[in-house]
Amino acid sequence: MKQKGWKELVPGAVVLEGGSACKFKTGSWRAFRPVWIEENCIQCLFCWIYCPDMAIKVKDGKRGEFDYDYCKGCGICALECPGKKGKKAIVMEEEGK
Amino acid sequence: MAKVVAVTGNEACANALRQVNPDVCGIYPITPQTDMMQRYASFISDGKVDTEAILVESEHSSMSACIGASAAGGRVITATSSQGLALMWEMLHIASGDRLPIIMPVVNRALSAPLNIHGDHSDAMGARDTGWIQIWSENAQEAYDNTIQAFRVGEHMDIRLPVMVCLDGFIISHSIERMEYLEDAEVKNFVGEFKNLYPLLDLEKPKSYGPLILTDLYHEYKRAQHEVMLKVKDVVLDVAKDFEKMSGRKYGLFETYRLEDADIALVILNSAAGTSKDVIDEFRNKGIKAGLLKPRLFRPFPYEEVAEALKNTKAVCVLDRSDSFGGYGPLFMEISSALYQLKERPVLINKIYGLGGRDYLPSHAELVLNELHGIAQGGKINIIKEYIGVRE
Repeated sequence: MKQKGWKELVPGAVVLEGGSACKFKTGSWRAFRPVWIEENCIQCLFCWIYCPDMAIKVKDGKRGEFDYDYCKGCGICALECPGKKGKKAIVMEEEGK
Repeated sequence: MAKVVAVTGNEACANALRQVNPDVCGIYPITPQTDMMQRYASFISDGKVDTEAILVESEHSSMSACIGASAAGGRVITATSSQGLALMWEMLHIASGDRLPIIMPVVNRALSAPLNIHGDHSDAMGARDTGWIQIWSENAQEAYDNTIQAFRVGEHMDIRLPVMVCLDGFIISHSIERMEYLEDAEVKNFVGEFKNLYPLLDLEKPKSYGPLILTDLYHEYKRAQHEVMLKVKDVVLDVAKDFEKMSGRKYGLFETYRLEDADIALVILNSAAGTSKDVIDEFRNKGIKAGLLKPRLFRPFPYEEVAEALKNTKAVCVLDRSDSFGGYGPLFMEISSALYQLKERPVLINKIYGLGGRDYLPSHAELVLNELHGIAQGGKINIIKEYIGVRE
């Protein structure tokens, strides 16, 4: 991608479009990766509510896979996950292992 | 029709702001500015303006509130002094970096420690590099006129930068002077309707302020900010021309006083320039060609124009009402930079005067002019930077 020169910039670094955070993929920041274990999932959607980004994909009211393009691996979803019968539906695994 | 009044500098600025009637005002008290915003708060309470006052818990919050209100799309003001300006420091950079035309009278006061409430220029000189336009004022009339003009300069669509209007604490802010007010309608017409650029409250067009810009673009944004500053001089002169048509009062990038054929000259900011002009008259009466240059636009600094104005002098003294400890006075550094580009330039010395409100007396100007006269006659320079009006 060709980088902009100083004459092409919007004054004050104002971003003139909504939802542009989609263009900035932050998944590479992740050191720990959340892994979804579907059999332990009760579809409470706590993970979707608590996710500070938009890394839980939900379709027709049900959660699906993580969006690893945006998940920074903060672990909040894994912490909040109630799981089923004492077994978590989200666990954190170290990246690169 | 102009109305002749006897008012303080604070009252004059408060009235200039009332006549502009901005949308939002961040208010936090600090001596010697307090009285200006107190008067403005009275205008709000009395229904004379439609401004929404935001009473905050610190100057840092005041500038933050102004930044938010300005980004939202309003015409925004505040005022401060000394420690208040110092506390705003990080937010000053954000106001200019976001290109928000906030207008702020700064009633110049010394900085702690030791604690001192009186007038010197340490506060605004500390904000020299924050990306704000700075316009300096000798007296209440100039503070009033500059405040009105500041709106046109900062809000100009090619500029969009915040502006500080500087006036001396107590000496100007609290002394009563004769001056002329413009009619409310004249000022309203002069500043015009506020036009916003990228307002956050335009919900049809969502936008974000303050994104993270790293190594790939930060340098380019700063280059663009530098470019904008290059355009300010022309806008300041255009606005001054319009202002002169309305008021009959002429303003430039700086004022010169009997400088045209001068051999020796003083360069001095704000209220002390008035005292100096009287002494220059006395020297002229004695047949010594003395003159004065009083900067008005300090940021951006008009280097070429200042050099041109001083190039035929033999010796110049820059008088600073603040110090860059371990360096020369900040005004001296600018004049020195301006003159360096000339092939032949006057001898240049620096005096630090009037810190913490210490009186600047005619005898001080006399002492300096005598020294300059000696240097111009071929005498040697004893010391480049020296404190004057100080007890040994």
